[in-house]
Amino acid sequence: MSDPDHRSEARLYLAGFGLALTLTLVPFGLVHWGLMQGKALAITIAVLAVAQIVVHLRFFLHIDLSRQKREDLQLILFTVLLLGIMAFGTLWIMGNLATRM
Amino acid sequence: MSGSNLHPGLNLGARHGSAHEGAETVVFGFWIFLMSDLVIFGLVFASYLTVANPLGMAGGPGPADAFDLRSIFVQTMILLTSSLTFGFATLALRHEKGRTVIAGWLGVTLLLGLAFLTLELRDFAHMIEVGAVPQRSGFWSAFWGLVPLHGLHVALGCLWIAVMLAQMALLGLVPVVKTRLLRLGLFWHFLDLIWVAIFSIVYLGGLMP
Repeated sequence: MSDPDHRSEARLYLAGFGLALTLTLVPFGLVHWGLMQGKALAITIAVLAVAQIVVHLRFFLHIDLSRQKREDLQLILFTVLLLGIMAFGTLWIMGNLATRM
Repeated sequence: MSGSNLHPGLNLGARHGSAHEGAETVVFGFWIFLMSDLVIFGLVFASYLTVANPLGMAGGPGPADAFDLRSIFVQTMILLTSSLTFGFATLALRHEKGRTVIAGWLGVTLLLGLAFLTLELRDFAHMIEVGAVPQRSGFWSAFWGLVPLHGLHVALGCLWIAVMLAQMALLGLVPVVKTRLLRLGLFWHFLDLIWVAIFSIVYLGGLMP
């Protein structure tokens, strides 16, 4: 059986927690102390949020690239694709309407 | 080899026998539910973003008048810690550490969930006080449609933890209880994931200098 033992799995959870904690503290710090402004800050927050979501998926929800775990990942990717079309489409159309008004 | 890691993602492990194989379908089914929930959240986020501008606020209070970054930070820490404690509950389940250990970690998670909800309700009360109510503007309608929707999910998650604690006490760790705990774990971690989007887009985005 290739099941990892309790201790090494607990260590993975703690590693994920540490990464997620860092990726939370940085954007809160940036906003709290006003270290960055405008577009650069918005992009930084977005990148850190996406990174944190990936960390949560990897360490807490156990989604990774190994072969037998693929179906979950494909389900998630397909949902994100649908969501991307709908959400991005909404923002695009509404933004376009706003500029025409 | 193939049997030892049957299920995609969170699983029980081969030592759990039939419960491990049974988890294959039900956990994947639960992932499908979670993804439909993700679509709902995503579209509520999209409608929030279309009104998160001065026009959408219609001269009413803005994010800076109603949000409290400190409180949001504490809520974020609480929810993140609860994800870790639920992870320990899952590990105790996988490695058969016994009902008491699992129930202990679930109890800590439940308390953290309730603490999160208490702080969130206090924030909502403050928003109502400063006039940031849903009927004030399109922006606040969208806000009250989005963030309390997550809060409602957390409240249901807390109720679910309480139900599972009762089931563990009454039924013991039978296969159906084990797979329900796995699904509850997915639900809980998923809610923390949605919260990452909420604090990044709504709170940090709203309070950006």
